[in-house]
Amino acid sequence: MPIDGALLEIEDLNAWYGESHVLHGISFEVREGETLSLIGRNGAGKTTTLRAILGIVRNRQGAIRFRGEDLTAVPLHGIARRGIGYVPEERGIFASLTVAENLVLPPVVKDGGMGEEEIYRLFPNLAERRASQGTKLSGGEQQMLAIARILRTGANVILLDEPTEGLAPVIVERIGEVLKLLKARGMTIVLVEQNFHFARKLADRYVVVEHGRAIDCFGASELDAKMAGLAEQLGV
Amino acid sequence: MFCIPYVKCLPLIALYGQLLLGLINGSFYALLSLGLAVIFGMLRVINFAHGALYMLGAFVSWWLSIAFGIPYWGALVLAPLAVGVVAVVIEKTMLHQMYRLDPLYGLLLTFGITQVIEGTFRYFYGASGQPYPPPAALSGPLNLGFMILPIYRGWVVLVSILACLGTWLLIERTRIGAYLRAATENPVLVQTFGINVPLMMTLTYAFGAALAGFAGVLAAPIYQVSPLMGTNLIIIVFAVVVAGGMGSILGAIVTGYILGLLEGLTKVFYPEASNIVIFVVMAIVLLLRPAGLFGRAA
Repeated sequence: MPIDGALLEIEDLNAWYGESHVLHGISFEVREGETLSLIGRNGAGKTTTLRAILGIVRNRQGAIRFRGEDLTAVPLHGIARRGIGYVPEERGIFASLTVAENLVLPPVVKDGGMGEEEIYRLFPNLAERRASQGTKLSGGEQQMLAIARILRTGANVILLDEPTEGLAPVIVERIGEVLKLLKARGMTIVLVEQNFHFARKLADRYVVVEHGRAIDCFGASELDAKMAGLAEQLGV
Repeated sequence: MFCIPYVKCLPLIALYGQLLLGLINGSFYALLSLGLAVIFGMLRVINFAHGALYMLGAFVSWWLSIAFGIPYWGALVLAPLAVGVVAVVIEKTMLHQMYRLDPLYGLLLTFGITQVIEGTFRYFYGASGQPYPPPAALSGPLNLGFMILPIYRGWVVLVSILACLGTWLLIERTRIGAYLRAATENPVLVQTFGINVPLMMTLTYAFGAALAGFAGVLAAPIYQVSPLMGTNLIIIVFAVVVAGGMGSILGAIVTGYILGLLEGLTKVFYPEASNIVIFVVMAIVLLLRPAGLFGRAA
């Protein structure tokens, strides 16, 4: 049964990489317009959760519902068509395409996406280098491009995997500003992030993942009360 | 007279004749190796059936003419489409199961498919060829002043250059081409963007096969339409693809024409080596630049 107000529901989700059982019945829901952060130690199953939602990890059991529709029956290319965008941990910028080609690669799936020029105004670095090969960009610019190309598609849910990993503080700050802007535009964001100090500036709610399960779920207002426990669980 | 000191002197007309022959052979090498490169780039399948699909294109043209009276111009469109449909059946029923395996399995499967197709045609039509005349509008010679050019052969060179250029533009300058290039790098991520990559793979195989079928139609009036016409060509085409760089579109086209011309020149100056010159070049390229002339090192 759909949970009231839930846009995306994950229920008792199990997933395997070959013989390795990675998700052990994780359950949580994402509400429309919120920023939900999946936090947990390395190897807890956060990235696998995103990959299982999208269907990149096909060996999975449990329920994934988006607006009440069962996503487990939807082919991999059908997920984006429902307005779910994905920014992978490795960024996935294509070496054989220019920056401009990378930007317009994902098809527009819904109305309301940003125009190319609007995106270039938001990311002036990309505008300057639109004719460059995608992988010639710096790590931070590649991350911006990976986010930018989803903004064009009109997706209203974005699954972001470790957007600040390996980036300089000034770039992390810039990415934070962009995500705040997306929040303000009403985008629903699921953020997997090791950098807890980055996530806490953005998240409305948190799901703590450990050994492939959601062991806690709480709102931003409860964060202070939870900090001592989190420090022990996450080492922050 | 054209002379290479201490080697040979030849009348210029003989040189032009061999250069034209080289250019025509190069046109077929380029068209076929282009199809192989497109297929390998996207599917990572070494399509040994390419020669059989080329032969099929020639046979479909011949059938269309014999059975339905459809002329060359109709065959130029219908035969590649028919070969594309055959390719869709091959991909959907068998080939798609090879994608997760080592490319060797795809090579073995397509080798088997080649044996079945060619064996079937040999059974029904024997090894001898069927005549297929060029269309009236392209028959006869054209005097260029410095040489006599058979019009049909000039047409083959022209249309193959246009087909290669069109394919290159499609892949390098269009949205569909960008999908193809991206899916070659990371098919899973491209699918998360909402692009139906399995369908794209089917269509890519069909397109590569249709190029082979198109080459088959072009070849029908020049060579005999024979079940073995693909076998005779495919090994040379593989050498061209390897020398150009596996999966490189530009490499396949440029190397196809260059090696065709080189083969023609070798026929003039040292005919004994003309059958092996392409393989010698391939071996040298592999020694000096294992990824091929235009290939990217892994």
